[in-house]
Formats: sequence, C-alpha cells, structure tokens
Amino acid sequence: MKLFDSLRFRFATLFERSQMNSEMDEELRSHIQHRADDLQRSGLDRAEAERRARIEFGGREKFKQEIREAAGGNFIGTTAQDVRFSLRALRKSPGFAIAAVLTLALAIGANAVVFAVLNALILRPLNVPDQDSLYTIERGSEKQQVTSYPDYLDLRDRNRSFDGLTAYILTQVVLDTGGNPSEIWGYEVTGNYFDAMKIQPYLGRFFHVSDEHGPSSAPYLVISYAYWHTHFQDDRTVVGRVVDVNKHPFTILGVTPPEFNGTLLFFYPDFFLPMVNQEGPALLNDRGHRNIFMVLGHVKAGVTPAQAIADLNSVGAYLEKTYPKEDADMTYSLARPALIGDMLGPAVKGFMTGMMLLAGLILLAACANLGSLFAARAADRSRELALRLALGSSRKRILRGVFTEAVLISLVGGALGLLGSVALLRQLSAWQPIPEYPMHVPVYPDAKVYLVALFLALASGFLFGAVPVRQILRTSPYEVVKAGSTGIIAGSAGGRITLRDILLVVQIAICAVLVTSSLVALRGLARSMHSNFGFEPENRMLVDTTLSMAGYSGDRVPAMQRRMIEALQTIPGVKSVGFTSQIPLGGGASTEDVFTEQTTDLRTSNAAADVHVFKVSPEYLHAAGTTLLAGRGLSWQDDGNSPRVAIVNAQFARRIFGSVNNALSKHYKTEDGTRVQVVGIAEDGKYYQLTESPRPAMFLPFLQSSTGMTTLVVRSERDPEQLAGAIRNKLRGMDASLPMFIQTWTHGLDLALFPSRVATVALGVLGLMGAMLSLTGIFGMAAYSVSKRLRELGIRMALGARRKEVLQAALGRPLKLLALGSTAGLLLGILASRVLAFIVYEATPRDPLVLGGVVLAMLLLGLLATWVPAQRALSVNPLILLREE
Amino acid sequence: MNDQAQILPGTLDLLILRTVSLGPLHGYGILLRIGQISGNALFIEQGALYPGLFRLVRQGLLKASWGTSENNRRAKFYELTAAGRKRLREETASWNRLATAIACALAEQPEEV
Repeated sequence: MKLFDSLRFRFATLFERSQMNSEMDEELRSHIQHRADDLQRSGLDRAEAERRARIEFGGREKFKQEIREAAGGNFIGTTAQDVRFSLRALRKSPGFAIAAVLTLALAIGANAVVFAVLNALILRPLNVPDQDSLYTIERGSEKQQVTSYPDYLDLRDRNRSFDGLTAYILTQVVLDTGGNPSEIWGYEVTGNYFDAMKIQPYLGRFFHVSDEHGPSSAPYLVISYAYWHTHFQDDRTVVGRVVDVNKHPFTILGVTPPEFNGTLLFFYPDFFLPMVNQEGPALLNDRGHRNIFMVLGHVKAGVTPAQAIADLNSVGAYLEKTYPKEDADMTYSLARPALIGDMLGPAVKGFMTGMMLLAGLILLAACANLGSLFAARAADRSRELALRLALGSSRKRILRGVFTEAVLISLVGGALGLLGSVALLRQLSAWQPIPEYPMHVPVYPDAKVYLVALFLALASGFLFGAVPVRQILRTSPYEVVKAGSTGIIAGSAGGRITLRDILLVVQIAICAVLVTSSLVALRGLARSMHSNFGFEPENRMLVDTTLSMAGYSGDRVPAMQRRMIEALQTIPGVKSVGFTSQIPLGGGASTEDVFTEQTTDLRTSNAAADVHVFKVSPEYLHAAGTTLLAGRGLSWQDDGNSPRVAIVNAQFARRIFGSVNNALSKHYKTEDGTRVQVVGIAEDGKYYQLTESPRPAMFLPFLQSSTGMTTLVVRSERDPEQLAGAIRNKLRGMDASLPMFIQTWTHGLDLALFPSRVATVALGVLGLMGAMLSLTGIFGMAAYSVSKRLRELGIRMALGARRKEVLQAALGRPLKLLALGSTAGLLLGILASRVLAFIVYEATPRDPLVLGGVVLAMLLLGLLATWVPAQRALSVNPLILLREE
Repeated sequence: MNDQAQILPGTLDLLILRTVSLGPLHGYGILLRIGQISGNALFIEQGALYPGLFRLVRQGLLKASWGTSENNRRAKFYELTAAGRKRLREETASWNRLATAIACALAEQPEEV
C-alpha cells in the first residue's frame, strides 16, 4: 500500500499536476479558515479575521512553489521540468534544432533500414516448426546442393540422424484451371515433404509417402495460401477440383497455411506437387542425373550436427563404393536452407554485416557532427551557463539540461527516421525485383527493429550529449563574465587541437570511407555491364518456351523447334534466330562430365572436366553474337544420322587438349562413352555467375541431343515492343496454348546483375549520406570559426591583409582537417573495398579513376562547404565591425 | 513576539514528527500543538510548515488523509507511519545527545578546562 501511495504521489506530481495544485490550495485554504475561526473566537468579525489569517500565513505563492519542490523533487518531476526547459531553449534556435533532428533522422533511418533487412534475411527464421534443427545437406568440397533422386533415396533410408529427409526442385509449370493457361512457379517435392517440415494443411489435406506408388502415381497438387487467395478468391470448394498441370489432370488436395512460404527465404512457391510425376525415366532412376535442388530435414533431438555429418559421410562412403561410376566426392556438410546454404548464405551475411558496419559509421559520423554542434552551442551559451552557475545552479543540473536536450533531439530524430524507414521497408517488401520469378524481399519491420532504433537513438543522444561535458565542467563563471563574448574563443584560434577538431577529422574520415566504397562499387558495376560475357545482350530478344510443359514429347519436340525458328525468321527486320536449352547467365546451369578419348573407366572421379552444356540450334552462336575462333559452325546436317560433333569453348580446348589450336577435329568422350568430335572453337563466356573464372563449355547440336527446354534468341534491331508483339503473334498462330515469356536479353540479365546492382545502390545511398553529413560538418565548423573570428578578421583587413591571407586565417584550419580526414578515410576505404570484391564483379580500389574520384569528391565537398563561410569572411567590413564593438 | 526563538534548520521535521506522534493532526493543529508543547517559545512561519509536511510524506514518514476537523471543516490529517515512528526515535536520541553535549560544554567553568 505504501509503495502504491508513493507511486500514486509521484505520478500525481507529473500527470495530475492540476489536481495536486487544487488539493494544495484546499489544504492551505483550510489552514487559513481554521486560523480565522480562532481569530473570530477572540473577537474579530469574520472578514477581518480572514484578512488577518491570510497576512499571518505569509506569501502563499512562495510556499506553494516550495511545496511543489518538496513534493516534486523526484526524477520524473525534474525531468519533466528539464524537458520543458529544453523545448523552450530549442525553440529559441530552430535552425540548430532542425539541422540536428534531420541529421539524426537520416542516420537512424539508414540504420533501421539496414537492420530490418539484416533481420529479415539473417536473424528471422523460416516459418517452419523447430527450425533450429532444420538443415540442408551439401555435398563435396564445392558444397553442392544438387543431388540425384536415387542418391537422395539412399540418404533418406540409410541415415539414422534425421527426422525424415525431404527434397525438392524449383519448377515452373503451366496451370490451366479451365481455359486460362498460365505459368506459375512452385516446388516438386518428395512425398514426405509436409510431414518432414511438420506443416499442417490450412484447408483439405496434404499428400504423404503412402500416396506414391512409382512414376506418375500421385497426380496431386497442393497450392499456397497466397495463390488460393489471389487466384481462387478463397473458394473452399477448390479441394478435390481437377486442374491441368502441363496438360495432365491433377487433383487439388489442399492449401498450405498462410504463414508458410516454402523453405527458401525469398522464393515463394505457388504450388507443391510430388516429384514422382516427372516425365521420363531420367529423374527417378539415373543416379548421375543430379537435378534435385535441395535435400533438407530436421536433425533428431539429441543428435549433434557433427554426429549427423559423420552419419551422412558413412552413407556417402557406401555410395562411392557401390556406385563408383556415378558417385565421387561424397562427403557431406550441413548448412541453413533459408539462403540456399553456402550458395548465398555467406555472401549475404558478409554483405549485410558490411552494410551494418557502414550504417554504424554513418551514425557515428552523425554523432560526431552533432557533438561538434553541441560543443559550439555550449560555447555560444557560455555566458548564459556562467550566469546560471553564478546564480547558484549546480553543474549537475546544467548537465542534466544538456543531456535532456540531446536525448530529446535524438528521440525526435529517431522517430522521424523510423517513420521514413518503415515507409521505405513497406515499399521494399512489396517489390518484386525480377518479375519472371516469384521473388520477394519480405523485410517488414518487427519489434526488434523498433527496439534497435530506439536504442540507437538513445545511445547516440548520450554520445553526442557527452561532447560538451568537459567544457561545461571547466566553465568558470567569473572568467566568462569578465571576458565577455570574445574571450572564450581565444583558445580555439590558437594552435591547440580541440575535441571539435578531432570529431571533424573522424567524421570526414568516415565519410571518405563511404565515398570510396560506393565509388568502387559503381565502377565495378559499370565495368561488369561492359565486360565480355561471351555473347552480345544488346538488340536480342529472348523467347522462353518450355515445350514439355505444352505437352510436346518425342520427335514432335525438335520438329516444333525447327518450325519456330523458321517462323520467326520470316519476321521483317530479324537478322537471325537460334535457340539454346540454357541461356547463359539466366540463373540456371546444367553441366556434364567429359572424358579424354583414352579414358575407358568412365567413373566421375576420372572425368577430365565438368562442363557447361548448351544444346543449341545451328544459328544460335550467330544469333547470340558468340564469336567462333576456329573451325566451322553447326549445321542442319549435324543430325542423328551423322557422327556426333560439338563446338567447345577456348577454356574447354585448353583443359582437355592443351591449347586452342590443338583441339580442332580431336575427339572426347561423354558420360555414356560416346565419342564426340570437336568441329569448332568458340570464345569463352560467363555462364552461371558474373564473378566466375573461365569455365569449360560445349555447344551440342539439338538434332543429336534433344531437349525440351527452349529459349529462342532473336537478333534484330527493331523496337523491342513491336518485335515482341510480332513474335507472340507468330508463335500463337502455330500453337495457341504455347506458354511463352518474351523479354530483351538485357532484361534477362537482371538476375545475374541483381546482387551487384543492389550492392551498388545500397552503397551509393550510404555514400551520398556520408557526403551530406561531412558537408554539413565542414560547413558548420567553417561557418562557426568565421563567425567567431569576424572581429579578428576585420582587424587583419584593416591592417592591410590581402584576401588570400584572410581566407587562410579563416579557413586554413577546416581545410587542413579535411585533408587529414580524407587521407585517412581513403586508406581505410581501400582496405574495406577488399570485402566488396566478393559481391561486386570486378570491384577493385586500385583503380586511378576511383582514387581520383574520391579525392575530387572530397575536394568538391570541402569547396562547397567552405564557400559560404569564405564569402562571409571576405565581405567583412572592418569599419562597421569595429564600430559595433 | 520577540522572545520567540527561530527554530534551527533541520529541527522542524523533528518537531512535526514529535507532534504528530501523539495522534493524527491537520496542518494548523500541528502548528498550534508545537506552540503549546514548546510554551510558545518557538516561532514558525505558518506557510513554512507545509513544504516540510509534503517532504515528510514523500519520504514515507507521514501519511495524509482528508477528514473533518473539530471546527467541522474539511482538512488534511497527518499521522506517523512505522518508518516515521522509527525515524522519530532515532532523531530524538541523536538530538538529546547533541543537546546534552552542548549543554555540558556551555556549563563548564573556565578554570576547569
């Protein structure tokens, strides 16, 4: 009860001040009434008694103030008072307040955004039960995710460490729910997928292992909540409906819960179907055919990851021994599935950690900036502070005031920054960076983001609030009042290094780091856009059609492919048309082992190289703009009736045959032992990633090795829009139900360039913010130093100083600090850029353009920031100035 | 009026605690009681009592509640809390020690030093 009373009392002082006032009034009135009663009893009339009582009582307002202090001398009360005082003080210098709040809003906003992305990509788990024990399995020294179905079955059945091991493939199908064929992305999964992930259906039921009885035995479809919501309008009768998937009837079994978006962080599947429905025997039976995207499962309770790895390795050893032809390098490791294990995980983590660091630097720079603002403000207010000290205010109380001001600014700035960042994050979350894929960047802010922003705001408030503490503690009221307004800055004009100088150097150095890294990234991106891909993306159209999805099979596939090429060639303005099974840098890759001609034991470990395979039409190389270095191109005569031939790239020739010249008309062997003759050598290119080192590749004639995957490359200088329309009409005329996706090749490179683009934009924004901060920092310092030394400058001019000398006196110091900070920042930035090289293709700081750019940028910043103060210094009129004093 | 002594700083709290220890009192009553028990020897400005009262309430030594006075007027009554009672005992003891010491010192004859 006592605690409650005391709490009530404390809060009453803050929130119910008016009530407390009235209670106090009533108590004092009651006192005076009682006194008047006594006086009346001694013979006075009532009015006179009350008048006397009031006089005896003394100064009521004074006592009320004392009572308030006695009662309200608690933390909340004083703080409320401090806040009111700070608000009043800030209102008196709105320029300072606005500059400070905006600086901090920018810095906190940047940090909130970066942290929210970090939070979403790294800290926030997948929406899967028990996700702490969920791992994906990676194979071999290259940490490959891909596995073949037979290997997966062995892993699943022979391990003793996992609670169900499941696998899936990312796949695109044509779904037709009745006259509306559309391409959608989803997972082909093993029957135990939902059981292993411990997911319960939102509607209907899921399929299980027991539903599978060999190839094509389980024509069942599970759709995602999002797809059900947008395409079936939450229709609950959808369960049991039969729809067409790639022209085969499938039954919709159920709907996944809304919070489940598959087992990849930014790829949301629209559907799940059992992979036993795959056409052709290759997937389910061929042990060397590794096209399962990912194997994952929960490690059993009580089993450590190390034990699980040992268990998997023993299965791997068994596989190597039993299937020496297909299986080699069967050692395993575990990784987190959300970012495709080690494929994206480390890069994303490294990049986001780097970004967080840079954002932290921005905040630090902002704090340094605000710190010097506060120090300057304290210096300006030294007379006021001295007066307050002289009048009996304690230093503690004054410091409290300064900190209240700092925290107030940091909270308002933090709130503003957070508001901005939430708006930006919502945009980011709704953004689909590459429309072709169901990619999402779900970076909605959560409680953690708000907490971090609040913490950062408070911490920075205390940080920059602490800058002027020493200054205030040293203030001697006597000295200040005696010296007047000019005396105290005498020190800063001299050669002594002040705290403000150090802060400015730190800030400029941080800014230079940011500018350096963003320039490095920009240069890298510019170069990667113009580097040699091994093909020419300009003036090319890509037409994606997967014939197997449209129901083509067997001999109808190459026939249709040939007809498509011939049809597109008749479009006016089209120079050449070709197709490939796999578009280079298109996000996918298919590789095969090749062997030297002498090899007889065709096991994986004896392979001469793992080679990118492109099954192409004769005109493809010309259409794609890939240069033929030697030999002949492919022709329509290279069909099933003629000897097997191939065009290989220069790297292939060097790897297998020693040199390019050596390779022509030589033979090599494929996985099944077929001898293939090299008839042409093509230039090297980029096939999977921009940052890859040269990889061997071979181009096989499609009439000798058929493929259903067809991406047509149409070379033409016509307007892309018109051309796309013409292409669509032509193909629709041949087969109205043919699914197709038409885009320019430059667009098609979006996926490959996505990481470096994101990195560049992010770094560019941070660099810009750093530049802005240092601009205001230098400006503040220069303007302050000029304004404080106006009188000195006036005297110098009166004594005959030239403009140059005046400028040197006024701005020499800020410029010297700028040079110092820039040099330090440039060196640090070069060190930091090494990290960048992992993400941004061809990012190197050892580039004269980058170094020159940084120096130029910093010089420009300095010039810009000191321009106005310099003008002011030069326009000093000594006469007016001296008269004023 | 002139023979009244100004109270020593810090002793008002002790006086209030002592007065209220005899039973709940309102502000004016406390003032009267102090006059009574000190034989009108101590002068306290009337309004000066209240900051002390509020301070003691905040420190948890007194608790206050509204009631009706003997004059049939609404008034705020103060009484000791357990902590207040304890503080009164300690302060009384220490005051007595101090007073005795000072009285002794002043009573000494010069030649005995």
